[in-house]
Amino acid sequence: MKHKLAVATATLAMLFGAGTVPAQTTDVSFYFPVAVGGPITKIIDQFATEFNKENPAIKVSPIYAGSYQDTIVKALTANKAGTPPVASVLLSTDTFTLIDEDAIVPIDTFVKTPEDRAWLGGFYKAFLLNGQIGGKTWGVPFQRSTVVLYWNKELFKEAGLDPNKPPQTWAEMTAMAQKLTRKDASGKVTQYGVQIPSSGFPYWLFQGLTTENDVILANEAGTQTRYDDPRVIEALQYWVDLSKKHGVHPPGIVEWGTTPKDFMEKKVAMIWTTTGNLTNIRNNAKFDFGVAMLPANKKRGSPTGGGNFFIFKKATPAQQEAAFKFAKWLTQPARAAQWGIDTGYVAVSPAAWETPALKKYAADFPQAAVARDQLQYAVAELSTHDNQRVTKALNDGLQAALTGNKTAEAAMKDAQKEAERLLRGYK
Amino acid sequence: MNARQQAHAWLLLLPAVVLLLAFTHWPALATLIDSFLSTPKPNRPSVFVGLENYAVMADDPIFWQAVRNNLWFAAVTIPFSVGTALAMALWINGKIAGRGFLRLAYFTPTVLPMIAVANIWLFFYTPDYGLLDQIGGAFGLPAHNWLGSTSTALACVMVVTIWKEAGFFMIFYLAALQGINPSLREAAAIEGASRWFFFRRVLWPLLMPTTIFVLVNAVINAFRMVDHLFVMTRGGPDNATTLLLYHLYEVGFKFWDQGYAAAITMVLLFSLATVALVQFFVLDRRAHY
Repeated sequence: MKHKLAVATATLAMLFGAGTVPAQTTDVSFYFPVAVGGPITKIIDQFATEFNKENPAIKVSPIYAGSYQDTIVKALTANKAGTPPVASVLLSTDTFTLIDEDAIVPIDTFVKTPEDRAWLGGFYKAFLLNGQIGGKTWGVPFQRSTVVLYWNKELFKEAGLDPNKPPQTWAEMTAMAQKLTRKDASGKVTQYGVQIPSSGFPYWLFQGLTTENDVILANEAGTQTRYDDPRVIEALQYWVDLSKKHGVHPPGIVEWGTTPKDFMEKKVAMIWTTTGNLTNIRNNAKFDFGVAMLPANKKRGSPTGGGNFFIFKKATPAQQEAAFKFAKWLTQPARAAQWGIDTGYVAVSPAAWETPALKKYAADFPQAAVARDQLQYAVAELSTHDNQRVTKALNDGLQAALTGNKTAEAAMKDAQKEAERLLRGYK
Repeated sequence: MNARQQAHAWLLLLPAVVLLLAFTHWPALATLIDSFLSTPKPNRPSVFVGLENYAVMADDPIFWQAVRNNLWFAAVTIPFSVGTALAMALWINGKIAGRGFLRLAYFTPTVLPMIAVANIWLFFYTPDYGLLDQIGGAFGLPAHNWLGSTSTALACVMVVTIWKEAGFFMIFYLAALQGINPSLREAAAIEGASRWFFFRRVLWPLLMPTTIFVLVNAVINAFRMVDHLFVMTRGGPDNATTLLLYHLYEVGFKFWDQGYAAAITMVLLFSLATVALVQFFVLDRRAHY
């Protein structure tokens, strides 16, 4: 008996010897959401298989976790229970929430060599903004997008406009939209000039308008919003007037999900939506279309959007290092380029756009490069502490103004009051 | 011996009791306790705050709007879905051609997942080229943004619920109708009773137990079925279609405000329990078994 015990102990000691066993693998659970069309799950699984083959000491297991919202619910619930994933792709705007929940570690922790520093410095600045809080970088840009304008060249021609000239300013967009709006004999509108979707997350598209009107909706510390700034109210008034005053934009709330379809059905000549819809519209539109930067008012501008790669605090140091390695591997120029081509997301580094694959793609399909060119004007997506609630205050205000329940000014003042109440505990 | 039988009885009940305690009663109790505590944060553990979460709720305009919306939602969807279910059951209980097909057609909405249903209806309601506007357009009616205006969005969501629920309740009525002795109909026919009289004095009382069962389910569903909101409106525009459970989801899993979410859960739980008790004890007396 004593002998057996000794043997067992020796075996155990061998198995769990202090890091001397080379066959031991580090498990990295990786949650990812799917937010756009296309075979995302297949691509991610393929990435993981390739990475595991190249790194036999690491085993990345991708776990499809639903929408962005489902994924953060799962990750944070698991975090509260003590067993979060090692890494996850989550909305870049949820960074404050993840920090407040003490769920993630800064990426800088792992950046040690000059090569690492070069990698982190290689991303587009606009994509890093949402992940940089308190002097630290918390998220690695991965599946990122931005808002652009799509226009139907055929309808432009029919309306007597130059099919190769999209609107450059707000005034031009209104004037063109007036020419592009058509009514039948009874006065019913059969084709609208422009539409900006406003269901679900109107704040994101509205941020295009506010940035162009030279105002940022929240401070960098995420503790103060500027919803009632006169420039914000002016931006909202422009949006409301497109429908109320000029009648060139559909009334009420425009559904985000059906906006690409409205465009493909020629119910509207210009739409604002994410670059993530590019592949979908390219495959399904039966007419020639263009993609342009959003029109300027005081300046050009658009928010960024999409998901960053985060590493969780409760994982072991070995797991975190392995996840960091995976993040670096995922964002290598060639891979980022392929990911961009397959999904429609904007490749996250200038180096990726220099790869032969993406160069060729952009040459064949110049619409894909517009999002990249717009990045120099892009700002961080609206994000504060208690983010979803503070954003909802703005969403409710925008919808109230767009449906005519409140004036633009009253709606934004109410939203600001609510946001200040929510944020008072973070100052 | 007696003690042993007692022990046996308890052992037999044990699995059910354990499941019920672990997954129903304990969570309800834990939620009640949570509703008196503040939301824990990593640097601020939860503390006892008494009724503060309930005070926050009383001050929350969106909560009250959700209550109003939900009461309207219940007041419209319950009678309509139960009434439609009964009418459909009476119709396809008779000997008409294509009965099997009709039964299948009526039951289909129940089988479809709510998310799929919501996606289908989303396109019905789409302005201009949606089914509804195409039909309206054929009669020269102007296009309407059904889900995008605060005045019609809630009604549109109710229609989907009624469409989805009626088929499910119909099955219970159909089963009950098939269980009714055919000699009653013959007797009524011999006595010269009209169809309406026969329904009012014979069928309806005999269907009462089914009606109560269906009503209990309808009330619970009126506060429980919110899946379609996630697809169709996300509670918008400007909270026009926010129902209590949807608000609860947002507070709990978008805003991560555990204390406040627990307080809303308690209100929902108590009002549903009250309604169920009233139905069982008051309506039950008027039922004919």
